[in-house]
Amino acid sequence: MKPTSYTLDTTFAALADPTRRAILARLASGEASVAELAEPFDMSQPAISKHLKVLERAGLISRGREAQRRPRRLEPRPLADATDWIERYRKIWEGNYKRLDAVLQELKARQKKAVDALLDEVKPKSRKRKPQ
Amino acid sequence: MTKTAALRVTTPTDRDVVITREFDASRGMVFDAHTKPDLVQRWLLGPPGWTMPVCEIDLRVGGKYRYVWQNADGRTMGVGGTFTEIARPSRIVITQLFDEDWTGGETIVITEFVETKGKTRLTTTIRYVSREVRDAALKTGMAKGMEAGYERLDDLLKEETR
Repeated sequence: MKPTSYTLDTTFAALADPTRRAILARLASGEASVAELAEPFDMSQPAISKHLKVLERAGLISRGREAQRRPRRLEPRPLADATDWIERYRKIWEGNYKRLDAVLQELKARQKKAVDALLDEVKPKSRKRKPQ
Repeated sequence: MTKTAALRVTTPTDRDVVITREFDASRGMVFDAHTKPDLVQRWLLGPPGWTMPVCEIDLRVGGKYRYVWQNADGRTMGVGGTFTEIARPSRIVITQLFDEDWTGGETIVITEFVETKGKTRLTTTIRYVSREVRDAALKTGMAKGMEAGYERLDDLLKEETR
């Protein structure tokens, strides 16, 4: 796999967890230590550390230099890369709807054919008058 | 063929994603294209390379539907739910839950068909349980269900721009 797609994959995998998303939301308002991050969650510090490792590997957070606290902070780049989702979403639906256009054109053609056939059927009959 | 209004994707409220597009056909036809399996299978496919081998639709209130997509590598993605409202040809409301629940729970999908002068404006509203869930679904959904297709598309675009 190419390094770029690998990174994006890792980013999305890291985001696919509610705790990790909550951690990111917390870090969006400023850096925080592991203890500070663990506080709002009903989780042990080791459990939080595990989540932090995943986020770190995905490049979504980094560690500060301060030796004691080692605060985590948000790294905005990978998130920005991931947030062009709306454009991708749009592309998917444009693809779907172009195919739907073709299906509808075919349905219209089919309907026209059916109507024409019906008219053909009706015409000669209407000419034939019921014998009095 | 006459020009139809372009696709729009908006997030007008915290919980909704709204997709609108105009089609050059009556709303009865657009409705059928959304509810007849043999028609749905031809267009509701997602990224390039995916097909829909399973498409089951029990079109009545309380009836179930099930779609399964498959890509060239044999990877599958399934979704299903229940029809909660059917008003042919103007409106369909369904519940929707993906097998791999990367969308963060069941969503409600409202599809509306409005016809003007032979053209149909289609509005699809996907309603998530919360804003967080919606945003996460839109982001992570890309990874879980569709990344293969996107990567191929990305590579292609990169080649094009080179």
